[in-house]
Amino acid sequence: MAKILAVDDSTSMRQMVTFTLKGAGYEVVEAADGVEALDKAKAQKFDLVLSDVNMPKMDGITLIRELRTLPAFKFTPILMLTTESTGEKKQEGKAAGATGWIVKPFNPEQLLATINKVLG
Amino acid sequence: MSIDVSQFLETFYEESFEGLDTMESELLGLDVGAADSETINTIFRAAHSIKGGSGTFGLNAVADYTHLMETLLDEMRDGRRQVTEEAVNILLSSVDVLREMLTALRANSELEVDRISEAQQQLEALLGTAGADSAAEVESGQNNKDSAERGWRISFKPHLRLFKTGNDPARIFRELQALGDLTVQMDASDLPEYSYLDPEESYLQWELELKGDIKREALDDVFAWVEDDCVINITPLEPEESEQGSAEEADKTEVAAVAVKTVERRVGERRQENRRKGDRRGSANNESTSIRVGINKVDAVINLVGELVITQSMLSTLGKDFNMKKINKLLEGLDQLELNTRELQEQVMRMRMMPISFAFQRFPRLVHDLSQKMGKKIELKMSGEQTELDKTVIEKIGDPLVHLVRNSLDHGIESPQQRKEAGKPETGILSLHAYHQGGNIVIEVADDGAGLNAEKILAKAIQQGIVQEDVQLEEEQIYELIMLPGFSTAEKVSDVSGRGVGMDVVVRNIQSLGGSLEVTSEAGKGSKFIIRLPLTLAILDGQTVAVGDEDYIVPLISIIESIQVTGDMFHTVAGKGETFRLRDEHLPIIRLHEIFGGNPNTTELTEGLLVVVEGEGRKVGLFVDDLKGQQQVVIKSLEANYKKVDGISGATILGDGSVALILDIPGLIRLSNQHATDDKFKKIA
Repeated sequence: MAKILAVDDSTSMRQMVTFTLKGAGYEVVEAADGVEALDKAKAQKFDLVLSDVNMPKMDGITLIRELRTLPAFKFTPILMLTTESTGEKKQEGKAAGATGWIVKPFNPEQLLATINKVLG
Repeated sequence: MSIDVSQFLETFYEESFEGLDTMESELLGLDVGAADSETINTIFRAAHSIKGGSGTFGLNAVADYTHLMETLLDEMRDGRRQVTEEAVNILLSSVDVLREMLTALRANSELEVDRISEAQQQLEALLGTAGADSAAEVESGQNNKDSAERGWRISFKPHLRLFKTGNDPARIFRELQALGDLTVQMDASDLPEYSYLDPEESYLQWELELKGDIKREALDDVFAWVEDDCVINITPLEPEESEQGSAEEADKTEVAAVAVKTVERRVGERRQENRRKGDRRGSANNESTSIRVGINKVDAVINLVGELVITQSMLSTLGKDFNMKKINKLLEGLDQLELNTRELQEQVMRMRMMPISFAFQRFPRLVHDLSQKMGKKIELKMSGEQTELDKTVIEKIGDPLVHLVRNSLDHGIESPQQRKEAGKPETGILSLHAYHQGGNIVIEVADDGAGLNAEKILAKAIQQGIVQEDVQLEEEQIYELIMLPGFSTAEKVSDVSGRGVGMDVVVRNIQSLGGSLEVTSEAGKGSKFIIRLPLTLAILDGQTVAVGDEDYIVPLISIIESIQVTGDMFHTVAGKGETFRLRDEHLPIIRLHEIFGGNPNTTELTEGLLVVVEGEGRKVGLFVDDLKGQQQVVIKSLEANYKKVDGISGATILGDGSVALILDIPGLIRLSNQHATDDKFKKIA
């Protein structure tokens, strides 16, 4: 069972993501900001990271950059949740080492399709 | 079919309202002209979260509206736009509009379309973006041209770093496979010699043929994540090309197709499973109010439940095969059970506690708006926002607080002109201060305004027939008149306060929470309203005391000590009743049997005990026969079951089934003062 780290400062988004992914049989660990996510990433291994970009304490771009420095996350797929208005963030995120992105707003099916696609 | 996202709406509303509160308070703290970028970022983040969530949860009106706010904030954040007072005001009113929209959506009521579109136009005017969204249409229109009936030839050469972004060519091929017939030809010519090969880099390249009526857009989607990490060249297949190669590559494709189908089937199963779960949970009632509790509090409860289970299993093992030799073990186990229960109870109560900042956070805006409206200059000072209170109390204390704050703004703090004339700084100070005191939470609403006008209050009270004309009242008693029903000194009903809801309602609300309201005031210096609230509504640590056959509960928090007195410690002070000396203080004695009746075992002070208690800063000794045990009691309202009794805050049921009254120490002290005064009058008469 693949294990996913879901990072978002919005509780409702985290709930939705977790509910959707758990329903599809994935194991999900939540984090509310980059700092918490990084702490969790240092303690356990994940098959995929799904991270919001705009977050307090540590934003998603910094988180991705930090994750890529960890040996266990060198090749792990990391997806950003972005909105179209922050399009330039995609470039920034890619440069930091993001695998790809999911554009907000998205519905649970789109999310699941993308995750399934990446985890094959 | 879709997963029902409405189950997350309630959480979304809650966090959006919190986000709006944050936006509001940060906007109010924003220095026009020299805005702190971190502050703007916080505001931006709040707007951004609401936008993302509202889009996802299908609240498109909210999403559209926040999009405009976000754009404005983004420009401010990047320094492309100055932070002007106009912009801040528009953003503040946008916060209001959003709050109204979310409230209406939450309640399933109609949106005020006119107001929203007006606010939207204001934002658009500021942004200068009205009607500028045609670019997207042009872009989406051109894709039709790029569909190829036969298919596509793709040459795909990833950069060396491709793997380091977590991307995998195999995923891309799987996605292409899902679009049509895929043929893959690998080119390994760039693969270095084994000794030079770095397994973390990507050396291979591919020539792909994808057959079928596929839109170019779909291909771009597949390669979107890697387009910057590869050299890619996509061209439509020529008619003859598509025929060629299909036979020779057929085997490969078939194998891949099987794999893809398996994946698809798995996805399908998961989706169905999802749908079932979604349906089940979707029907959950989302109208009930909820509380957000820190995970550490929940963990603490789970831990305690674990311990409780251990104790319980220990006791049931003991019970299966019990004899009197094991009595000590049983008692030990019961002690443990008591400890567990008490800790569990404390933790569960703690879950209901919230910082009072939830009730305070509306005030910066309220003060900002009202002071502008009234042309007064007012600085709001808040302290002790982290003081925790029961959630129910927080919810119910909001309105009384608003009333007190409005009163202070309207009647308390003077206009800048008046203040200047009185030799005070033009800016008045309104302070909200919360803190713990004994078993209470105290909230003070204070202003440095003109203070209450005792003469005017008394005159008004006489005019309204609330008191007799010839009555002699202390200043404090006069202030208390404003809390009586029907009292209002407001000359005319203003927009700010004096809407006919009087201070009596405030007092009643506070009393219904088991609290009290006190007023102090000094002419020319200001007034202070002091609200005292019990920490929790339901449970109290009590000391049981006996007076004859009656048991009373004294709140443990108000007990200082209990002493047995000797004859040389008493005095009888003329007109003030009995007192006793405790070290260097002389304290009044209250004989409980004189106030509540009953037949005490003794009326000799030396034969009973004095329980020294403190209430509202005053200490007294309660004369009782004896002390009994200490225990936690569940407070039952006496008012609801019988009627209000002065000096008694409630009743409880003891372990043996009998009822004990819980003493209201401050009330008791007031009551005994009255008794003393009555006695004085009696003696004079």
